[in-house]
Amino acid sequence: MSEEQIRSLERQFDERISRDEKIEPKDWMPEKYRKTHIRQMSQHAHSEIVGMLPEGNWITRAPSLRRKVALLAKVQDEAGHGLYLYSATETLGISRDEMYEQLHTGKAKYSSIFNYPTITWADMGAIGWLVDGAAIINQVPLCNTSYGPYARAMIRVCKEESFHQRQGFEIMMKLANGTPEQKDMAQDALNRWWWPSLMMLGPTDDVSVHTEQSMKWKLKRKSNDDLRQQFIDQTVPQAELIGLTIPDPDLKWNEERGSYDFGEIDWDEFWQVVKGHGPMNKERMKARVGAWERGEWVRDAAMAHAEKKRYRSEKKAV
Amino acid sequence: MKKENLYNYILGIADNSLILGQRMGELCGHGPSLETDIACTNISLDLFGQVRSYFQYASKIAGDGRTEDDIAMLRKEREYKNVLLVEQPNTDFAYTLGRQFLFDVYHLAFLKELQKSTDLTLSAIANKCVKEVSYHERFSSDWIKRLGDGTEESKQKMQEAINDLWTYTDELFHQTDADKAMVAEGIGVDVTKLKENYYSDVSQVLEKATLQVPVSKYFQKGGKQGIHTEHLGYLLSDLQYMQRTYPNMEW
Repeated sequence: MSEEQIRSLERQFDERISRDEKIEPKDWMPEKYRKTHIRQMSQHAHSEIVGMLPEGNWITRAPSLRRKVALLAKVQDEAGHGLYLYSATETLGISRDEMYEQLHTGKAKYSSIFNYPTITWADMGAIGWLVDGAAIINQVPLCNTSYGPYARAMIRVCKEESFHQRQGFEIMMKLANGTPEQKDMAQDALNRWWWPSLMMLGPTDDVSVHTEQSMKWKLKRKSNDDLRQQFIDQTVPQAELIGLTIPDPDLKWNEERGSYDFGEIDWDEFWQVVKGHGPMNKERMKARVGAWERGEWVRDAAMAHAEKKRYRSEKKAV
Repeated sequence: MKKENLYNYILGIADNSLILGQRMGELCGHGPSLETDIACTNISLDLFGQVRSYFQYASKIAGDGRTEDDIAMLRKEREYKNVLLVEQPNTDFAYTLGRQFLFDVYHLAFLKELQKSTDLTLSAIANKCVKEVSYHERFSSDWIKRLGDGTEESKQKMQEAINDLWTYTDELFHQTDADKAMVAEGIGVDVTKLKENYYSDVSQVLEKATLQVPVSKYFQKGGKQGIHTEHLGYLLSDLQYMQRTYPNMEW
């Protein structure tokens, strides 16, 4: 294909996106579009899978049968999200095994928030309320993103995430209205998860590298700083409602802006965790790689069995 | 308690689902593939759903203010009545699936009989559970066949797991005093009558899986009387942790 032809295809492609048409797997797309989508979508899938670990940590210790069932269902939803996000990504010409390989070797990233430990039951509430809350703010705009399979996957993901968020808030509310010990547990969880949740919305706009291109392809609709502000403005009243205190002495309502002013985020901590040196990075990867390696003989057996079955039925047909 | 036999009978059924559900829940996020992970979590979820139905009923019968959670999480180790089979650890995926399979075949046959119980609550619970457990049984049988008739390595692992777990199968068909009383009233299932079909069903699957049917005549028992293996204590430490550490609170 000549450069002229490629430029023309690119023009048509850009026009389709600006007309809000969906790009489908068999459509022509620029290589950069494909690569960027593989990166973001697989990162998203990995986040769902690694995200099962901090919550899975409390399944055997959930305080009541009702909470245990809800937590199991939630973690199972995350596995389901992982499954259809991997499938959606496969439409771009990469296999799930290749994506796993990228995760296990550290080439692909996942959301840094899952590198924090879940040390009390209240962390199950905080994760649902704050982490899923921030995730929804990141993800709702993706329901209208340009790549069809991703947009469709996100519609389902967002529905379930908003259910998880309410469930998390309900756990926190119950604790906050409980005994002093339970209220302390809730406040402690909020103290530990607040700042990492703000970091989930990404680095500040002046250092964010992907924003402009992502805006064009509708992978992003608002900047990181705008999303963060939206998250804070939405969450502060919820904390007040249940009598918990946001751990930020600089947090103040700004009448003029109609938004909350907030304190300095510790970006050194953010980059430390992103670069692999958070409290749980090594353990999370060890758990994923360990499960994969321990499962190898199982997957091999399933393949061998399917092969034998196919061979037998072919023989019968002859 | 007025209906002590019925209460104990329900606990005998529910504890199997409780302890097996807890074991399957341990695997969440650590399965050999995403699909099996989801399936194991789903089985755990079904089992805990069943546990809730049974314990809510037991709580009503006890009538002393004990809730489903008190019954599930605040008994002493000697008061759990599950069979030894379901408390066996997730040594590897072959043990997990072997345990599931050996229990599912029994569980399905048991529930089909419980559907006929003259106790309407129990038969209603059985009606709901039987659908879920048919799926469990299909899932675990399929995997036994895959792993048995897969690679040399998987065959060896699956055979070893079945051989080790076999010793816990006979207990499934032991009757407690509560069992006998409930059978006499038309409420309970006579598990002794399930035994023959059980071994024939299990053997059929094992043969299809190209595995040997173990011939050992030595069996372990005691779970139904609350005499468990050393594994149960650790499982209960997790299960009971929150209720013990933070007593009398709502969650």
